[in-house]
Amino acid sequence: MEKDKKVPYIKRTSSRRKKPGSRSAVWMILPLYAFTLIFVAGPLLYVIALSFTKADGGYTINWSFTLENYTRILEPVYLQTFAQSFQLAFTSTLIICLVGYPFGYFMAKLPPGKKRAAMLFLMLPFWVNSLIRMYGWIILLQKKGVLNFILQKLGIIEKPLSILYSYPAIVVGMVYVLLPFMALSVYSSAEKMDWSLVEAARDLGASGFQAFWTVTFRLTMPGLLSGIILTFVPSMGLFFIADILGGNKIVLVGSLIQEQMTKGNNWPFAAALAVVLMALTTLLIVLYRRITHARELEGIG
Amino acid sequence: MKKKKFSFSGLYLGIVFAVMYLPVVVVVVFSFNESRLPVSFTGFSLKWYQALFADDDMLEALKNSLLLGVGSCALSAVIGTLGAVGLSRLNWKSKGIMEYISILPLMIPEIILGMVLMAFFYMLNLPFGMLTLLIGHTVFCVPYILMEVKARLAGMDPALEEAARDLGASGFRAFWDITLPLILPAVFSGSLLAFAMSLDDVVISIFINGPRVSTLPIKVYTQIKTGVTPEINALCTLMLGVILLALLFYALVKRLQRRRTGKHGRE
Repeated sequence: MEKDKKVPYIKRTSSRRKKPGSRSAVWMILPLYAFTLIFVAGPLLYVIALSFTKADGGYTINWSFTLENYTRILEPVYLQTFAQSFQLAFTSTLIICLVGYPFGYFMAKLPPGKKRAAMLFLMLPFWVNSLIRMYGWIILLQKKGVLNFILQKLGIIEKPLSILYSYPAIVVGMVYVLLPFMALSVYSSAEKMDWSLVEAARDLGASGFQAFWTVTFRLTMPGLLSGIILTFVPSMGLFFIADILGGNKIVLVGSLIQEQMTKGNNWPFAAALAVVLMALTTLLIVLYRRITHARELEGIG
Repeated sequence: MKKKKFSFSGLYLGIVFAVMYLPVVVVVVFSFNESRLPVSFTGFSLKWYQALFADDDMLEALKNSLLLGVGSCALSAVIGTLGAVGLSRLNWKSKGIMEYISILPLMIPEIILGMVLMAFFYMLNLPFGMLTLLIGHTVFCVPYILMEVKARLAGMDPALEEAARDLGASGFRAFWDITLPLILPAVFSGSLLAFAMSLDDVVISIFINGPRVSTLPIKVYTQIKTGVTPEINALCTLMLGVILLALLFYALVKRLQRRRTGKHGRE
C-alpha cells in the first residue's frame, strides 16, 4: 500500500522533466494515431453517415440526408427482430445467471490451489474457436447425434428428438459461449468479499440461507450485474450461433445486418441497424462502467 | 455438515466443467473415428486427416490463415508497441480518447466491426482479399498488444529510461536500448494473443474476405452450415492444436516474464 502511494509521486516529477525531449514519442505515437483514426474511427463515422443516406438498392450511394432507414426499423417486421433478439438475449442471460452465479460463488470458495486450476479450465475455452465448440454441439444434438443415440439406448425416448435447428439449440449455444463471462465476473466479486462478514452474521444467529441472502448475495450483486451486462451485450450480436445452431429459423439483429449487407444490398439500412445496435451496446457498457465504478467506491476490493 | 456442502459445490463445478468441455472432446475424439457417422467410436483412424491434406482448397486456406496471422500480428506489434510507449511518454489531451478508440474494436460487437470495415473498404475502392483481411485483422489485434505493453510499462521503473536520457541517449536510443528489451516479453505475449485471435476470427473475416480468398475458419464455417463431416472434425482438431500450442508459448513467456520481474523486483 505504502509503495503504491510513493510511485505516482516519483512518476509525476519525472514526467515533467522528460517533457521537452518528447519529439521521439510523437513519432512513436504516429502510427497508432494514424491507424486508429483511419481504420477504426473512419469506418465507424462512415457507417454512421451512411445510415442517413437514401437507399437506392444499388452499390452507388445517394448522399442525400434522410431518416428513412431509422423509421424503417420501426416497421413491425424489424421491431419484431429486435424484440426477438432481446427475448433471446434475455432468456440466455437468465439461464446464465442461474448456472453461472453458483459456479462463480463455489469457485471463489475453493482452496487456492484448486482455484488456480479452476481458473485455468474456465479461461481455456475462451481461446478455443467458438466455431469448433458450436460444431461439437451439432454433433451432440443432431438427429443422428450422440445425445439421441444415448437417450435411445437407455430407452428414455423412442424417436430421436430434433433439438438442433430449433430455439432451444440457440439458447444452448448462447449459454455455452457466454457462461464463462458470468462465472468470472461473479467469481471476482465473491473472491474479493470479506468472508468474516458472513461468519459475523452466522454468529449473530442468522441461518445459512439468511446469511447468504443478506450478506453474500448483496455483496456479490455488482459481480452479478456486470456479468449480466457482459453476457447480454454480446448475445445481441452473436449472429453465427443462431445461424449454425438455429439453421437461420430465428432472425436476430445480427443476422439481419448480415443479410442486408450481403444479400439485401441495402447498406444504408444495415448501417442504421448497426448504429442502433451500437447505441444499445454502448448504453449497456456505460451502465457497466457505472456499476464497476460503484463497486470500487463501495470499497469491497 | 460443512464437508457435505463442500462436496456438493465440487460436484456442481465438475458437472459444469464437464458440459463445457464435452463438445470439444467430442470433436477431437470423432476426428480419429473410422466411421463416418459421429455416433459411436468404431476404431482409430487417421484417414480424415489424410483426406484433409489432400484437399488443395484446404491447404490454400491454411496458408492464408497463417500468412494473415503472422502479418497482422507483426503489423499490430509495431503499431501497438510504439503506440503504448509513445502514450506513456506524452501528456496529450487527446491521449485518453485515442486510447479509447483504439481499444474500441474489442468492445463493439464483432458483426458491427465486420460490416463497418466492409462498407469502408468498399468506399475506399480497396479490392477485397488478403489486403483488406490484413488491415481488418490488424484493427482488432492492435488492442491486445497495446494493453499488454501498457500493463508492462506501468510496472516498469521510469528511472531506468530517464537514466539513459540523462546520459545523453536520444528518445529512440533510450527506447531501443532500455525500454524495448524490458517490454519485449509483453510484446511477445501480446503478439501471441493477437495471432491466436487472428487465427480464430470468422465473423469479421466473412465480411471482408472477398469472393475468392478464404481462411481456415471461414472454410469451417461454410462447411459446418452444410452439415457434419469427419473432415471438419479433423480440421477443428488441427486448429485446436495450433491454438493450444500458441497458448502454451504464451504461458511460458508469461512465466519467464514473472521470473524476470521477480529478479529485478522493486524492493
